Amino acid sequence: MQSQQESASHTPIPAANPIEEVDTVVIRFCGDSGDGMQLTGSEFTKVSALAGNDLSTLPDFPAEIRAPAGTIAGVSGFQLQFSSRVVFTPGDQPDVLVAMNPAALKSNLEDLKKGGSLILNTGAFTKGNITKATYETNPLEDGSLDGYKTYKIDITKLTKECLKDSGLNSKSIDRCKNFFALGLTFWMYNRPIEPEVESINKKFAKKPELAKANIQVFKAGYHYGETAEVFTESFEVRAADIPPGRYRNIMGNSATAIGLVTGAQLAGVELFFAGYPITPASSILHELSRYKAFGATTFQAEDEIAAACAAVGGSFGGAIGMTASSGPGIALKGEALGLALSLELPMVIVNVQRGGPSTGLPTKTEQSDLLQCLYGRNGESPMPVIAAMTPSDCFYTAIEAVRIAIKYMTPVMLMTDGYLANGSEPWKLPKKEDIKPFPTTFRTDPEGYQVYARDEETLARAWVKPGTPGLAHRVGGLEKDALTGNVSYDPHNHEAMCHTRAAKVMAVQNSMGELLMNGPDQGDLLMVGWGSTYGAITKATNLMQDEGYSVSSCHLRWIHPFHPKLGALLKRFKKVVVAEMNLGQLVKVLRAEYLIDCEPLCKVQGKPFKVIEICNKIAERAGKVS
Amino acid sequence: MGTTTTNGNKGGLPVKLTRKDYQSDQDVRWCPGCGDYAILAQVQKVFAELNINRDETVFVSGIGCSSRFPYYMNTYGMHSIHGRAPAFATGLKVSRPDLNVWVITGDGDGLSIGGNHLIHCLRRNVDLKIILFNNRIYGLTKGQYSPTSELGKRSPSTPLGSTDNPFNPLSIALGAGASFVARSIDTDVKHLQATLKRAAAHKGTAFIEVYQNCNVFNDLTFINVTGKDVKADRQMPLTHGQPLVFGKDKDKGIRMTPNGIPEIVSVGDGDGQVPLSEVPLHDETVADPGYAFMLGQLQHPNFPVPIGVLRAVEAPTYDEMVADQIQLAKSQAKATDIESLWHMGDTWDAGSTAE
Repeated sequence: MQSQQESASHTPIPAANPIEEVDTVVIRFCGDSGDGMQLTGSEFTKVSALAGNDLSTLPDFPAEIRAPAGTIAGVSGFQLQFSSRVVFTPGDQPDVLVAMNPAALKSNLEDLKKGGSLILNTGAFTKGNITKATYETNPLEDGSLDGYKTYKIDITKLTKECLKDSGLNSKSIDRCKNFFALGLTFWMYNRPIEPEVESINKKFAKKPELAKANIQVFKAGYHYGETAEVFTESFEVRAADIPPGRYRNIMGNSATAIGLVTGAQLAGVELFFAGYPITPASSILHELSRYKAFGATTFQAEDEIAAACAAVGGSFGGAIGMTASSGPGIALKGEALGLALSLELPMVIVNVQRGGPSTGLPTKTEQSDLLQCLYGRNGESPMPVIAAMTPSDCFYTAIEAVRIAIKYMTPVMLMTDGYLANGSEPWKLPKKEDIKPFPTTFRTDPEGYQVYARDEETLARAWVKPGTPGLAHRVGGLEKDALTGNVSYDPHNHEAMCHTRAAKVMAVQNSMGELLMNGPDQGDLLMVGWGSTYGAITKATNLMQDEGYSVSSCHLRWIHPFHPKLGALLKRFKKVVVAEMNLGQLVKVLRAEYLIDCEPLCKVQGKPFKVIEICNKIAERAGKVS
Repeated sequence: MGTTTTNGNKGGLPVKLTRKDYQSDQDVRWCPGCGDYAILAQVQKVFAELNINRDETVFVSGIGCSSRFPYYMNTYGMHSIHGRAPAFATGLKVSRPDLNVWVITGDGDGLSIGGNHLIHCLRRNVDLKIILFNNRIYGLTKGQYSPTSELGKRSPSTPLGSTDNPFNPLSIALGAGASFVARSIDTDVKHLQATLKRAAAHKGTAFIEVYQNCNVFNDLTFINVTGKDVKADRQMPLTHGQPLVFGKDKDKGIRMTPNGIPEIVSVGDGDGQVPLSEVPLHDETVADPGYAFMLGQLQHPNFPVPIGVLRAVEAPTYDEMVADQIQLAKSQAKATDIESLWHMGDTWDAGSTAE
């Protein structure tokens, strides 16, 4: 890999404009679904990562693949926070908004920081587009943008001009304009252009004429910033002081997929993943299907139910069966998961949550499937539930899910959400020796084999691969005898089995890692969170601690069972607030489990918490340390 | 369960297995007189005859009377959930192509709640053997009409008679592109054994519909076809390479009219008769499923019901193709250690040790 210094040395640093050093920037690119904003955003992310910034991203796109052009429904956005300090979230408010058309301006302007920079493609502000965006007057002229540093640039026209001799048709030319915007922002933040040129060449390797055009437009955008004197200054964000090592920018679903493969390898078993396309979980299936050489077998089933069932079939055969979906698909899988926990076979189910109920908000994030994951099956059907907190943490949580599943012979629900799935951050790559293997033992000894005999510590039954001589046995969804596994309708046996299945899941407490605490372990207020709210809660807690508030935060990776130290911790605080993107689901479970008063802080807008929203709550509920 | 089940030939001495070796230690709990007993017995006999390794065999079932089947087989087995047996079996077979996997289902399990899994399994040609016990009724839930019950069927849920058109299981299988499709009858012991052997030998999804009598909720439902006195005229046994004839004296045959519609003809050399040489010969291997579909559509009372193998064609199996892709990916991979997976894509060095 080329170091950033080397690349930077090739970049002419504009002399005319002063460079201001800033430590944190939030930028949002938005435009029509067809404008290539996701690509623009991810390219800018890549270069920021290469520059050593810490960062966090939030793509935000509509459920429709191509909603009518120019409408608000069709606006797609990508937000990125990059910094020379540690970054916890994609940022509350953009400092810079790049809006490629009136609809993008209309739906994003309210988020822009007062006095923030606004880069507008005036070429898209036609009468028709202005009307489609439901503006009554032209925002470029009616004074509504007065509070912002507005840069009006006819990107459409400049792109057309730049490519007039390219031989491309006008539609293809128009599609290049996102690279003009990208070039402009590269200039604004003093990014080296060579890595991007390389990246475009790679991305469009099969269409060299498009690669050439995009590079030309990208450079034109960059040079426009340099020479047009539209901008009075450019900025620099230095490398963050992050732990040394090799990094990779990773999205949550990628980290989940890689974690699942890693988990199976650490366990020494084959991986069998069965999935069915659903937003926002599909990319886990896509990714795993590319990892055949690493021991992953994937199967796109005919429906969600079949995917869960096929995974159970894989586990019965001695592979670690896995499936991934989102709330509606998890609902369909419920019966098969009940069977898996009754058969006591290992399995991992990933729920990449999205807005619900029903089809809900497929591309937006939410945490409203918690109760579904904990309880959404018939009968007494306990299942370990764990949640990832950042995009890169999906990797570690996926490994943990595989570990629990095999050690305790149980299906495990791994919860992430749309925000983690599509969001990204730099991931410090682990060393092989940092991650402990947990090799699997299959039973091969027929002597004294009883199908439901259990390990004393874990209460797990033995895993037997079909094909093992002398161990042929039958399992099924009917209640079974506590030892032989034969069908049993005995009332006391059933009660004992229900207790045993619950006790087995509780036994997971014996092998958990540390409870994640931020701040003193007693005080006025404890902020509790789970899943993707980690960044916002931690940042808010840190800020308010600096302000002198008596507040700590605790983040739950294990939701069922809870961490054994959680109950005592909760009771050492005067108040407990649970921030979650639902109407108060974890809070219900905590109240029921520990008989303590805890208060919900809820948000269900399909968007993650802003740091400020959590700060406000802390200010309301916590006292200052005297 | 729990009894050891080695095939006993590890010392190098081959042991001839008997039906008993395939019986588990569990009491069979079907109603006395149920057709399921006969099917279980024939499966066990055929397995013994073929000396099939019990430890490498898995029976997977859904829910329903027939789906209790795996509990009674001394092999590996899974009694799963309603309708989903083909999906469990697919996952098992794809991840363990070395196993011999059989699916047991019924008309409600396989064609109603699990219809989707059945057709997709058939179209993929996963190397599974599927036996569908068709008794045209829901037995375990006490007698509701099923997707193969005849129009007008009176049942607890259709007191005035069913208004549902029934499915024809063979047509479904053929429509889904099944590579092996057959029909047999619980009471026709020899025929059932022969059909099971054919299925066992087939590579790919083998689908067998077995007419099965439920003497409690739908007694004698197939009697018009299977009755001793009528069966010669109402069944047409299919044999590859033999003419499509039926009747006690084999004096009736099936052929196609110029319009492509099947008709019954009198076979012989007399006036108005069709000579045997002009009756089409049954060919299981016709690539176009149209011929087998035509046979599958022959139904009582207008036609004799075909019994035997309608279609048996060679086709690549799903599990085999998946395994091939994995082999290829492994052979072409630059690296397969886990660290190289972590390091895929753009990486960079950062922090104080970065150069």
